[in-house]
Amino acid sequence: MSELMLNPWIRALFWGLVMITGVMTVTAWSTWFERKFAGRMQSRMGPTLVGPLGLLQPIADACKLLQKEDLVPDSADRALFNLAPVLTVGFAMGVAAVVPFTPTMLAADLDVGVLWLLALSGLMVFPTWMGSWASNNKYSLIAAMRAVAQGISYEVPMVLAIMVPVIMTGTLSLSDMVADQQKNGWLIYRLPLTGLIAFVIFFLASLAEANRIPFDIPEAESELVAGPTTEYTGMKFGLFYMAEYIHTLLSSAICAAVFFGGWDGPIAPGLHWMLLKSVILFVFLTWVRWSFLRLRSDQLMNLCWKYAVPATLALIPVTAFYTVYAAGKGGV
Amino acid sequence: MSDAWLAALLFFALSVFVGASMVFISWVLRVKARENPPTRTLTYECGETPVGNAWVRFHPRYYLVALVFVVFDVEVAFLFPWAVDVAGAGLAGIAQVFVFVGILLLGWVYALKKGALRWQ
Repeated sequence: MSELMLNPWIRALFWGLVMITGVMTVTAWSTWFERKFAGRMQSRMGPTLVGPLGLLQPIADACKLLQKEDLVPDSADRALFNLAPVLTVGFAMGVAAVVPFTPTMLAADLDVGVLWLLALSGLMVFPTWMGSWASNNKYSLIAAMRAVAQGISYEVPMVLAIMVPVIMTGTLSLSDMVADQQKNGWLIYRLPLTGLIAFVIFFLASLAEANRIPFDIPEAESELVAGPTTEYTGMKFGLFYMAEYIHTLLSSAICAAVFFGGWDGPIAPGLHWMLLKSVILFVFLTWVRWSFLRLRSDQLMNLCWKYAVPATLALIPVTAFYTVYAAGKGGV
Repeated sequence: MSDAWLAALLFFALSVFVGASMVFISWVLRVKARENPPTRTLTYECGETPVGNAWVRFHPRYYLVALVFVVFDVEVAFLFPWAVDVAGAGLAGIAQVFVFVGILLLGWVYALKKGALRWQ
């Protein structure tokens, strides 16, 4: 086994399969969790019928989606229409390659991991646009316009916010970032406390990128039917839905790794801590989703361009000055 | 190409494969309606027959946002090499970044004053 693992191809394939299987499983049951959670918040039971506590619901959903009739509108651009759901899952899942769960348990220890995850989450707007435009549906088109505007706008504060951890730890590799936090304290409370503000902005931006409430303007079901997925049926719709959950889960995992010290923690093994932190952040996201109302388009844009972008631009020099000062003292 | 890049690209290929295989499985397992009236494959427009095409011209405010985005994203791409070694670049490095970001901030203020970021 260990000799086999020395072969880079086999190692990459092994960890790739492990990660993807893990992420897919967690994604499936996160939909169950979200529905149960939403039910409880609204004094309902949530899913109860399929299996104990409705735990087999995701499997039932998958079986249902798989055998639905596959309708493509006559006026749609067939090739792009079919390509979009595949790519959206590909991009959402691809981010998982660089998420470090433990020092050894990560698919690809890229030394530019931050750039990889930013690039892939930036690409997420393409399949959304591709699918919506190709459906040749007016609701989809409006939704796509909103999704792209929102996606690229929030890309800016997201990238600027993650620059704060990069400055503080001096590395672009996510596993090195966690290692640095293990040594010098988590970024969320490390001086000059810019990590905390950067985390809030990064978290908001990743909510916006995943089109989750309170930023679900592209999907606004009360005005746009089902947003970009209006014309999609069966598993192709399911893939868009899955991509949203994968994106949300991985955002929580990335926040846990970058700001909350990843696998760092006492007593229990590192993997437990990493998973615990990710799950707590995911629960928080779900909580936000079922507590808040949707913002308006102009409020969303104002929040991004007039508050989040200047705020992150102010954070960077503060962090930089402190880093230079601390380095001058011989500390950090 | 290093092992990490090999792993990352392989991972990405696997992720796309997962999506593609699910579309393929659903294509194998799907049901098909016996009759196919022409209205079934029309696009949805509240139950009415769709009027015209959806590939139309659109409000320019979205393109303005995209323009401002390009400016900032390029800026960020230039900032990352500095961000990795801030302590090494020292105060001189910060000063240079200030000039660089300052010029861009002027552009941002201009866009703001011109109303490019106002959602009309």
